[in-house]
Amino acid sequence: MRGRRLRDRLKGWGGVGAMAAVCALALAWALLLPARPDSGTTTDAGGPGGVTRATQARADKNCPTPAMEDAPEKQTLSPSSADGRTIQAIKNRPGERRKLIVGVDQNSYRWGYRDPNSGGKGDLEGFDIDLVHRIAKDILGDENAVQFKAIPTDQRIPAIKSGRVDMVVRTMTINCSRLGDVAFSAPYFKTGQQVLAPKSSTITGYDGSLAKKKICTAKGSTANTKLTDDRKAKTLVSTADLRTTVPNQLDCLVRLQLGEVDAVVTDGALAASQAAQDPTVELKGKPFTTEYYGVAMRKDADDLVRRVNQVLVDYRADRANGWQASYGRWLSATLGKTSSTSEPPSPPEYDRKS
Amino acid sequence: MTHPPKSSAAPPPPPVPGVPTMPAMPPQPGPPEQRGRPAASGRQGPPVGSGRPAPPLPPQVRRTAFVEGADRLRAAATTEPGRLRIIGALLALLVVAFGAVTAWQMADRSAAADDVLNNSQPLSSAAADIYRSLADANTAASSGFLAGGQESADTRKRYETDIDNAAEGLVEAATNSDPGSPAAATVARLNRLLPEYKGLIERARTYNRQGFPVGGAYLRYANEKMQKQMLPQAEVLHTSENQRLRADYADATPYPWAAIGLGVLSLAGLGWAQHRSYRRTNRVLNQGLVAATATATVVLLWLVVGHSVARSDLKGSYNHGVLSLNVLHDARIASLKARGNENLTLVSRGAETKQVGDRTVDAYDYDFRTDMDALGKRLAEAQKLADDATGEKPVTAAVGNMKVWKDRHGAARAEDENGNYANALAKVIGPKDATGECFDSVDDHLSDAIDHETAEFRQAAGDGLGAMTGLSAGAAVLAVLGAAGAVLGIGRRLSEYR
Repeated sequence: MRGRRLRDRLKGWGGVGAMAAVCALALAWALLLPARPDSGTTTDAGGPGGVTRATQARADKNCPTPAMEDAPEKQTLSPSSADGRTIQAIKNRPGERRKLIVGVDQNSYRWGYRDPNSGGKGDLEGFDIDLVHRIAKDILGDENAVQFKAIPTDQRIPAIKSGRVDMVVRTMTINCSRLGDVAFSAPYFKTGQQVLAPKSSTITGYDGSLAKKKICTAKGSTANTKLTDDRKAKTLVSTADLRTTVPNQLDCLVRLQLGEVDAVVTDGALAASQAAQDPTVELKGKPFTTEYYGVAMRKDADDLVRRVNQVLVDYRADRANGWQASYGRWLSATLGKTSSTSEPPSPPEYDRKS
Repeated sequence: MTHPPKSSAAPPPPPVPGVPTMPAMPPQPGPPEQRGRPAASGRQGPPVGSGRPAPPLPPQVRRTAFVEGADRLRAAATTEPGRLRIIGALLALLVVAFGAVTAWQMADRSAAADDVLNNSQPLSSAAADIYRSLADANTAASSGFLAGGQESADTRKRYETDIDNAAEGLVEAATNSDPGSPAAATVARLNRLLPEYKGLIERARTYNRQGFPVGGAYLRYANEKMQKQMLPQAEVLHTSENQRLRADYADATPYPWAAIGLGVLSLAGLGWAQHRSYRRTNRVLNQGLVAATATATVVLLWLVVGHSVARSDLKGSYNHGVLSLNVLHDARIASLKARGNENLTLVSRGAETKQVGDRTVDAYDYDFRTDMDALGKRLAEAQKLADDATGEKPVTAAVGNMKVWKDRHGAARAEDENGNYANALAKVIGPKDATGECFDSVDDHLSDAIDHETAEFRQAAGDGLGAMTGLSAGAAVLAVLGAAGAVLGIGRRLSEYR
């Protein structure tokens, strides 16, 4: 009897002790953090109002350093025009195969898509495709020396890792966990996750109005990861139904139109493309994250990363036929005449050293 | 008919063994227990009583009719006319039973054969057609998408015709399926899915015309509905209709053993009766019994020969018709699936991949290869099953088309692998020298082969059904005649005792 009571009492103290130890550890961790030398914790100010960027980044448990966590878009190599191993291999492809193999999307209106009325040639076009042509022209001297491969959202990283494609230019968000698998170029576009719903819907944005609503996301997308994490962290109402996932964000619009889901969450840039195809839906609320699109390549393709970064510098600088012109041609209709909210950081930072 | 008595013959009515103590002379009075119940004389039973003193009646009123009948029978069996009556009745009963069972069993088989010819085989073909129409509509829709927003008039017409055929096939299948059966449920599900599918395709078309890529997303969704829900249901329908066909065959072909057994028994009985009559009267032929024997023999021969012929015709219709048709339908479906996957390889542009061993391959191209292998195997089988030159010609032609198709497909894939998408597209849906031509030729030739095999099936199964024509009615009529003959023959012997 006595022994048992004692044991119980000890057990109780054990729990308290453990909690205290954890608290102490956490405190020590928090205190030590700012003391780290190359910390980038203060660089988050760039986003527009209501930025929850930190929340999103912290969700990446795989992040090796806090710097990468806070500004993954800076984890890239400085630009260079030199040909290295990877570029030589591409240039040495024989005959007809001397092409840049690029993973793209063919379903993102005005980003990478096939105009059904293009007359049966099947040419892809859009903002991403323009950039691909520019890179091909720089590396191989011919803007049409490209083999496009359409890739579903969740196949982007496997396609790069298996070497099926040289690079992926497909509205791909630079984030920390992806940095563990692939290398990114400097950012070429800024966007943020946004909610898309019918105009008549009671949904007002990324908030409590999503309670008991069915939300569609693309499998393997940033939106999918973010929503799952947020619901776990209770920053998203727990009754939000996230079960509907599709291979491509555009498939979400189909589900929305058929009434199988109540809302879509995807990058604002893509959500705007969806809204442009259906006048009865609209973006609800402001973007609730800030993210950057980058060109993804193999992790060891350092020369290719540097080369693409160089192309991006030139592309941004070329007002007549570069970034600005492409924005005007494809995106101004859906994202607004001025490109200021979409422009990547200028000048870009290149924090990756190796 | 009358013969001189044999030297050693016993006097005409010899004692019957097994009925001891009683002298078996015809005009004998009844057994001793008959103690005069004159009041009951009006109720004397017909089979044993006529022309003779009243038969024995049970002493107690409470005896049952059965026991009473058995007693009367036993009493009758003690006299030769009584025995003759019993024998006559049994022979007539046997011959009539033989006729009735023959008529019943052959009516059954004939009905099953009729079902094979006019019901289950056409329904099985109709189910295969539903599957084909659905798969073809889906292929036509994806071809239309490949061609761009404005699909060609041909593609559109093909799609519309396929949808119409599928809808009509479903109505026919619904009419012919039993309410509440699994087949009816399958048809209902397909009937629900068809307009859903069509709605998705129409949306895809509308968006395509507006230049919005969401049209392509609708097409993918429609394709998924077709591949994952509709085609499996159509396959279930085809399987169940095929089961019904096999069941009808199983009902039509087994030997009618009961009828044959009764036939043999009747002939044996008639033979025994005649032998008995000969032993007692030395008369060789009894006209009535001979006529009964003759009719029973005719019915038995007709039954055995008619059914054997029908059976062999039906087996032939199965082996040369149904088996060939199944293989040809499978081949046609394999070529359709291959075509659909070939199109989707270009529609999806590498979006769907599959892990095969340690290699990542395009999922649709992988499926295409699987389907082409299946097509090759089915065509080889069909060549083996084809039993005449007319049947073999279209199949051989289809094999040739398939080889060209494979070559051209290889060339198209090479173009796509090299990044020349537009060239690859031209090699698949282009107007000249494209794989589309090969697919169309394969399909046309298989259609010819199917028409030929259907005709062969109808011929053989029709012959089989024909071999059973009239057997039921004939057996019934002849059996009645035979029974009459037996009764008359026995009656003639009986009259000798008057």
